[in-house]
Amino acid sequence: MKQHDDGTLKYSSLGIIWLWLIVFALLPFCLVALASFASHDDAHLLSFPLTLANYAELNNSVYLRIFKQSFYIAGTCTMICLLLGYPFAYIIARIRSRYKSFLTLLIVIPFWTSSLIRTYSMITMLKPKGIISSILMWLGIIDKPLPLLFTDTSVMIGLVYNLLPFMVLPLLTNIERLDHRLVDAARDLGANRFTTFRRVILPLTMPGIISGCILVFLPAMTIFYIPDLLGGSKSILLGNLIQNQFLVAQNWPLGSAISVVFTLILAIMILIYWRTMGKKDHREFL
Amino acid sequence: MTNNIIELRGVSKSIHGNDILYDLNLEVRNGEFLTLLGPSGCGKTTLLRLISGFEFPTTGQVLINGKDVNGLAPHLRHVHTVFQSYALFPHMSVFENVAFGLRCQKLPKNEIDTRVNEVLKTVKLEKYANRKPEQLSGGQQQRVAIARAVVNRPLVLLLDEPLSSLDYRLRKTMQIELKQLQRKLGITFIFVTHDQEEALSMSDRVVVMHEGCIEQIGTPRQVYEEPQNLVVAKFIGEANIFDSEITAIDGKQLTVNIQGQERKIKCNREFAIGQKVHILVRPEDLRVWGQAEVEDSKNMYPGVVEEVIYKGTTVDLMVRLANGQLVGATEFFDEDDEKLEYAIGERVWATWLSGWEVVLPHETA
Repeated sequence: MKQHDDGTLKYSSLGIIWLWLIVFALLPFCLVALASFASHDDAHLLSFPLTLANYAELNNSVYLRIFKQSFYIAGTCTMICLLLGYPFAYIIARIRSRYKSFLTLLIVIPFWTSSLIRTYSMITMLKPKGIISSILMWLGIIDKPLPLLFTDTSVMIGLVYNLLPFMVLPLLTNIERLDHRLVDAARDLGANRFTTFRRVILPLTMPGIISGCILVFLPAMTIFYIPDLLGGSKSILLGNLIQNQFLVAQNWPLGSAISVVFTLILAIMILIYWRTMGKKDHREFL
Repeated sequence: MTNNIIELRGVSKSIHGNDILYDLNLEVRNGEFLTLLGPSGCGKTTLLRLISGFEFPTTGQVLINGKDVNGLAPHLRHVHTVFQSYALFPHMSVFENVAFGLRCQKLPKNEIDTRVNEVLKTVKLEKYANRKPEQLSGGQQQRVAIARAVVNRPLVLLLDEPLSSLDYRLRKTMQIELKQLQRKLGITFIFVTHDQEEALSMSDRVVVMHEGCIEQIGTPRQVYEEPQNLVVAKFIGEANIFDSEITAIDGKQLTVNIQGQERKIKCNREFAIGQKVHILVRPEDLRVWGQAEVEDSKNMYPGVVEEVIYKGTTVDLMVRLANGQLVGATEFFDEDDEKLEYAIGERVWATWLSGWEVVLPHETA
């Protein structure tokens, strides 16, 4: 009897999640995919006949440049987050101190405020007479305000600031699970610190690195309000482009086509990773 | 030039203000199988880590091959460790695990191949070269761990309780394999264990450790038959301890008083008349006779059987002596005693052959 109850609970909770994903993830995606083949006119958001014109329109230097620029910015942001986040996560994971949980808490605290509000506060920091410029001028390091706001640099600072926790948290979990005796074993067998890192620590924390990179890269491409607020009018990234097509230009088919292409590119990237990592390791990061 | 591959001179170690090791002196001879034996927390693993270079002594010197290695990092020392948990690299195949040390030395590829295959053959794992560690059984993983260390031809192989996670039967097999491997390779083994049987059956010499001190260094026979103090006697094997006092000394012959009876004992140690001593008798040396079998009860101690445990090759008895002391006796089946039948509550006489006891100075334990 008990066995039966467990089964019911298991299947009903799994069922709810499946239903949720089908209704709110798969179905919308199918609708977007369908919409990307629809025609566009000013009277209707979507209309017949079905066409490939939206995809053809994407093959245009303006859009290609935005795609390239977005990948470049998101890629750079991911690299910076990784370079900042890895040593940080490693130190916190390895530290044997009663402040450890406090240090971990510090990473999570920013989540308690809306990311939008934090991005607005960045403007105060970065603007020409903002806090950073004022302090640097007061210290005598610079003599006129830094033109930080509305540049690629300010977008990058905003992105890294907002997304760093998404890199640190999966890395932290992964590095904490790393058996330190393996590091001892490598050292014992004659590996110096660099070799130990390259041949033992790095491969074993790769699942954490990959999931961190995915968690940073995806939002970096699509988080439209950060380039909007910090990049000014000059900075149009993929997220802004999609948002513009839907909300400003009211061109839903084109917006959908961009979304579909973007999703496909990411799916291909993840597939390539799976292939190179071998079949068994998928579950470790997804 | 001495024949000592490792020497510890006055080594002490404290971690966070806690003293782990006190003033240890130890000489490890080239090619021997040395065991560090002691209960958990006695500092034997710390001692191993001082040799492997993961810890440095607070005071004193560690010498490897005659050279002071203080400050030398683990990867620069020519000693390798087989870890308790094996610590095999889970992302590498058996072959790559074994090749790891050789790749760190940047040896040419064909030499690496030859040496790895050779050592895998020695540990009978050549068929498993392409497997991942998780696809191997506990005993096979153990052999990979040993192969990974010995392929580098270390001066000394350190083994940190390598058999403790194996089941009883496999542990017995691995004990023999390890001993054979050590003879074959001629490498010095320093083996850490808390299992006294393991220590006695495998080692050339045993170092008995207790609370950060070395209590005795000797051959298995010496530490078992001639323990230097109560700690060693109690830790290695079972022991019945009779508190006693010396009443007379005649050359090497002592007269002691045990439970109201005088008994003459031969002993090489120096004692004084009136000195309190412990008389130590191993259970297998204690003889228990039924009432009917005894005619002369001189040098015998009356008691009542409290427990009879049949073990196949032996019968273990717990006997409550007249003064209330509980002693253990292990009786063997032989031509004198083919039946060994005892009943709980039976009145018996306990004794031992003179000369099979050990006399130790009294310790307040």
